[in-house]
Amino acid sequence: MTITAPPTSPPSPVDPPLLKATGEPLRERAFKWMLWFCMAVGLITLVVLITYVLIKGWGRLDSRLIQNMPSSVLPETAGAQSAITGTLWLMTFTAIWSLPTGILAAIYLEEYADPNRWYNRAIEINVLNLAAVPSIVFGILGLAFISRGLGFGPTVLTGSITLALLVLPIVVIASREAIRAVPQSIRAGSLALGATHWQTIYRQVLPAAIPGIATGAILALSRAIGEAAPLLMLGVSFVRFNPDGLMSTFTALPVQIYNWTTEARPEYTDLAAAASVVLLVLLLAMNSVAIYIRNKTQRRW
Amino acid sequence: MSDPNGSPSPPATSSVFTTGTRIRVHESPAGAMTESTPDQPVSVASASAGVSDGEDADRAYESVITTRDLSVFYGSYQAVREVDMNFGKNRITAMIGPSGCGKSTVLRCFNRMNDLIAGARVEGTITYHGQDVYAPDVDTIEVRRRVGMVFQKPNPFPKSIYDNVAYGPRVNGWKVQSMDDVVEEALTRAALWDEVKDKLKESALALSGGQQQRLCIARCIAVQPDVILMDEPCASLDPIATSKIEDLMRELADDYTIIIVTHNMQQAARVSDRTAFFTADVDDDGVRHGRLVEMDWTKKIFTNPSDPRTEGYISGRFG
Ligand SMILES: Nc1ncnc2c1ncn2[C@@H]1O[C@H](COP(=O)(O)OP(=O)(O)O)[C@@H](O)[C@H]1O
Ligand SMILES: [Mg+2]
Repeated sequence: MTITAPPTSPPSPVDPPLLKATGEPLRERAFKWMLWFCMAVGLITLVVLITYVLIKGWGRLDSRLIQNMPSSVLPETAGAQSAITGTLWLMTFTAIWSLPTGILAAIYLEEYADPNRWYNRAIEINVLNLAAVPSIVFGILGLAFISRGLGFGPTVLTGSITLALLVLPIVVIASREAIRAVPQSIRAGSLALGATHWQTIYRQVLPAAIPGIATGAILALSRAIGEAAPLLMLGVSFVRFNPDGLMSTFTALPVQIYNWTTEARPEYTDLAAAASVVLLVLLLAMNSVAIYIRNKTQRRW
Repeated sequence: MSDPNGSPSPPATSSVFTTGTRIRVHESPAGAMTESTPDQPVSVASASAGVSDGEDADRAYESVITTRDLSVFYGSYQAVREVDMNFGKNRITAMIGPSGCGKSTVLRCFNRMNDLIAGARVEGTITYHGQDVYAPDVDTIEVRRRVGMVFQKPNPFPKSIYDNVAYGPRVNGWKVQSMDDVVEEALTRAALWDEVKDKLKESALALSGGQQQRLCIARCIAVQPDVILMDEPCASLDPIATSKIEDLMRELADDYTIIIVTHNMQQAARVSDRTAFFTADVDDDGVRHGRLVEMDWTKKIFTNPSDPRTEGYISGRFG
């Protein structure tokens, strides 16, 4: 039987084998360019946005911003101090409410829940759906049940609980992924040594899952820090003092930025841009913490 | 651990079964029977008859783990059918047989690791020193501490070498006088101390595969078990690492009862005192079930097996 070589087949054995590159095939190149293009779209958008905000807010990026309180009459002296402290208070308590709850819920779902029980499946579907609910709906929930229902008013407590509920599904989903990624062999090894279920979770699974959980936590808080809609719904608005407790009314950066952009005078748009830069810096700081934790605890197996 | 009488919490190796046992004694007829009459032809007399090197003749055969009519199910699938076995104290027993005949399944029953598999169910009895391992009042934690396990793929924890070995004593809440001594002794016992003594604080994951497996053995020894189960412990190792582990097993047999699953017949012949040969039968409905064909002294199994199926497998005709 003779084999007729198609024209593109390798040279017959008589020829010396050629190692010279014949150039990248067109398809390979096209695909690579497409990847580049997609990445560039994201990157360019980000760079343009940041540059725009920086340029616009540059004139107001000074100590007035953090030393002075907001004002709707005097743009020259207006600052964002109460909004910055408000955001810090809000984030601290959002983290306190959502992280332990979300991580423990994830542990339950991954390590204890029997997936064949209908109620566990119901919880699972609910968590996934909650992650897709628009934030304004959480604002309505907070207004109806926490602010009015429990009578907490537009306080740090109400705001942080509302935001915690908003980001809880993100924490749960990310933590579950991280817990699931811990190899079963680690659990088996621990249990085979006479460790209890909880000891295995606490000493093996959680430490190994920390990098993933930290990433999820930061994703969640990054979402929370930029939310204006649910806070506006709760009635958070102009406040000229720093919060002094959970029951204090407050304002937050996104709300303040929103308020300023609705002002007619152009000085206020600059102020809004400057405050946006502060928001970005806070976001960046939070991300750095997450990256630090992740690198510090990075595990391989 | 270097001074068992001085530190009260971890049980001394010699007194493991006589003092402070948390496994409730289950007075089952099967349990009572195993004390004197193992159901296999393994009385002292037949032991000396079955082996020619005389090594076993001067040691009385005492069964540590005995199974009777053991069947294991995964859901409705019966993976293992009516197995009767016993495992002698300070002996190495090898379980051999083709893949999928239920060797790992049986092994996982002995320390109740099957409990972790949803749908796994055990019928029949397994006794450990006469106590029913599956009795409702048995503490699985205690079972697993006494019956340690080494897995097919080395699975050190992503921690330091030291913390890997200290893990067992720590989770068991032992108040040891010196954890350093515990770690050193376990690593020495596992023939790993000289290789790692200068890097105890380094990650266990940086060790070679063979070292990792010996670390897993050290980790297991550190909780002073009575029985060590090994499920193809050399399957992922090179020949040199394998021979180290085999040497180690022979040494450990002085103090421990070892049950090893292996698909390597030479290994079974080299290290084990007794061998159990499993195979998979196809029933009338075309479903495969694991079954014990025969269990006897290794020498006998490899030179003069009673069952033609064993002979066929040993001589490489199938499996
Ligand atoms: N976790 C499990 N769930 C369902 N079936 C299993 C499970 N583990 C093993 N089996 C089945 O049980 C039988 C015996 O498997 P196993 O004990 O792993 O065999 P061996 O170790 O002898 O190769 C096989 O048919 C296998 O498919
Ligand atoms: Mg197996």
